[in-house]
Amino acid sequence: MAFGPHLLLAVLEGLVTSAVLALTALGLSLVFGVMRVVNVAHGEFFMLGAVLAWAVATTVGASPASGFAAALVIAPLIVGVVALLAERLVLRRVNYDPEATIVATIGLLYILQQLALTFYGADARPVPPPFNLRISLPWFGYSAYKLSIIATSATLLLLSWLVLTRTRAGLIMRATQYDRETAQAFGIPVGRVYAAVFAIGAMLAAIAAVLIVPISQAHYLMGQDPLLLSFAVVIIGGLGSLRGTVVAALLIGVSDGVISMFFSPTLAKLIATLAVAMVLVFRPQGLFGKVAR
Amino acid sequence: MTDRKTFSATGTAPLTRRTALKGLAAAGGLITAPGFVRYAQAQSSAPIRIGFQCHRTGIGASYGRWYERTTAAAVKLINEAGGINGRPVEIVIEDDGTDAGRGAEVVAKLANQHKVDIVYGTLFSHVVIGSAPTAEELKIPYYVVSEGYHVASGQLNRWCLQPGITDVRAQVTSVAPWIAANAGKKVTMIYPDYAFGYDHRDYLPPALQQAGAEVVAKIAIPPTETSFTKYFPQIPSSTDVLYHVMVGPAVLTFVKELGEFYGANGPQLFGFIDSLEAVDLNSPGLDYLDGSHFWEGFARYAQPTDTDAQKAYRAAVGIDDNGASVNDPRDVSTAGHMFGCWETLYVIKQAMEACNYQGPQDRAKLVEATEAITTIAEGPEHPQGDKVFDGKIHQVFGHQYISKMEGGRLNVVHKTSIEDGRYEPEADYTTQPL
Repeated sequence: MAFGPHLLLAVLEGLVTSAVLALTALGLSLVFGVMRVVNVAHGEFFMLGAVLAWAVATTVGASPASGFAAALVIAPLIVGVVALLAERLVLRRVNYDPEATIVATIGLLYILQQLALTFYGADARPVPPPFNLRISLPWFGYSAYKLSIIATSATLLLLSWLVLTRTRAGLIMRATQYDRETAQAFGIPVGRVYAAVFAIGAMLAAIAAVLIVPISQAHYLMGQDPLLLSFAVVIIGGLGSLRGTVVAALLIGVSDGVISMFFSPTLAKLIATLAVAMVLVFRPQGLFGKVAR
Repeated sequence: MTDRKTFSATGTAPLTRRTALKGLAAAGGLITAPGFVRYAQAQSSAPIRIGFQCHRTGIGASYGRWYERTTAAAVKLINEAGGINGRPVEIVIEDDGTDAGRGAEVVAKLANQHKVDIVYGTLFSHVVIGSAPTAEELKIPYYVVSEGYHVASGQLNRWCLQPGITDVRAQVTSVAPWIAANAGKKVTMIYPDYAFGYDHRDYLPPALQQAGAEVVAKIAIPPTETSFTKYFPQIPSSTDVLYHVMVGPAVLTFVKELGEFYGANGPQLFGFIDSLEAVDLNSPGLDYLDGSHFWEGFARYAQPTDTDAQKAYRAAVGIDDNGASVNDPRDVSTAGHMFGCWETLYVIKQAMEACNYQGPQDRAKLVEATEAITTIAEGPEHPQGDKVFDGKIHQVFGHQYISKMEGGRLNVVHKTSIEDGRYEPEADYTTQPL
């Protein structure tokens, strides 16, 4: 294949990765930014979203499109409820202590994974995409559904930005993030904000997972990669920064697509890890993060 | 045994009846607990304990589920027919998590704690390779139902045997002439980037060359990969045949992306059934495979030529004519591999009877008795077909089936001969001390 089409395919693949990664990482970043909780179970919320998407799509089953639409609404809602319960029953009990929450979310990771194994099983199962359209380019064909993932993700990211910067809910979140005690003094119900943020973070991961299921199936061990890549994204982009998350997701996703296509997937992972290390050394707050107060 | 008030063994420490009963119950519990089993009666009536190293979790779980069912079905028949040497067979299962480290621990646990006679059953090559040293250290026969070339190559040790399923080298050697004659002369290989894939990478190209074809590109894919489009530009445009062998959950994505990439203009496809084991052929996206060919160890779909033994095997294991569970048509079996469990158990039976196996002291004799097996006849005990066992390399040779995917089922179009898969042995385990 000639260089031009080869590069085009690499960039398209990279953009799909970036789109899903940006949504997942945004959830992680939001939870850390507001609550200072390093959610190690984030990848499992992603997995849960995918597994539930299969369950919902199979139950509805009228047509691929309606099954998928139902999954896109119901799966994130259920994941949100699970996250809410975890927040109330676990994170609040350990008083959001940074070290305790890490251990607690590791525990949550295993619980969610084993529950998925017990009730969903060890198989990988596909969800039919809402539409099957192959865009035929002169050099290769490409899935229209994959392109729609990029558009959906961009829309959701824009929506998140509007909520965070233009609404009262966003203001409350940002106030809590800025200074928890002062926010509480001004009558902001910090506990409820935390619960909501944790649920929203998990739901973002679940939405990303529902989008990916039609192209990569649901499997109970699928949470690991998104977790690691999300950590890379939030470290490079800066925790709690929406702009940083999007830029870093694009950086990691597209470079992964291009490097792994022209060289090797292992090299792509090496370079991404090296980038994380370099950012930690030279700009620990991330490219767009602010120095912690 | 006690009066209403007290019971005393020594006369100084009175025991209440309740305490005595508790003590008896506890002692009884201890005696029946794993690791404490010691039969008071003659050794000859105690069960023969076979430790089953099973992929209950991890990426091999679908295989593990069906290996377990096949094993249970075979053991039920063996026991109904009087067991082995007149003793019933008991299977002790431990989950290896499809993990090499866990695998070695499981072998040790089965041997030391469960006191099994032999260890059997596992599939994934890294688990086999990781567990083999433990089997050698404990001097316990380790019958694997794997496919990699690790046993036959001499890489392992004398305690490791593969008498129930052919290895990859034999498989690719036997199907190569068919690929060259029927699918095309220029082949691009796509295989997983670890031991199992390397067996394909190393042994298909020479076999194809001998058949007058050539490998034009080799594309190794990390086993954890979830997206494949990025590899497709590496497929040379001159490719006639795309030879694919994938493992794990990603195969549906692979095929779907292949369909999107090529549309109707792609190369011919020839796949190893590993790509599709436990996957419903009517899954969304798989219609792209229609008309392509697969190698199968055992035909998943019932064929018009099926023997009575094959029909009886299907019924015993509980799979229907489509190779799915009779209880759930969506629960698709790993038919291309799991027959190996059935046949390995019957080889174990044959070898144990040949050496009059009585207990762990006869383990070395059992290895030698297995090595002495040469031909294995087709029949209810070996429904997949007749076989030849090479005691020097501890490896069995058998037939393979090439099937065409048509209308959502696999129809067998060619059966290879045992000779098609034979190669010059590169090792001799029988020279190693036991």
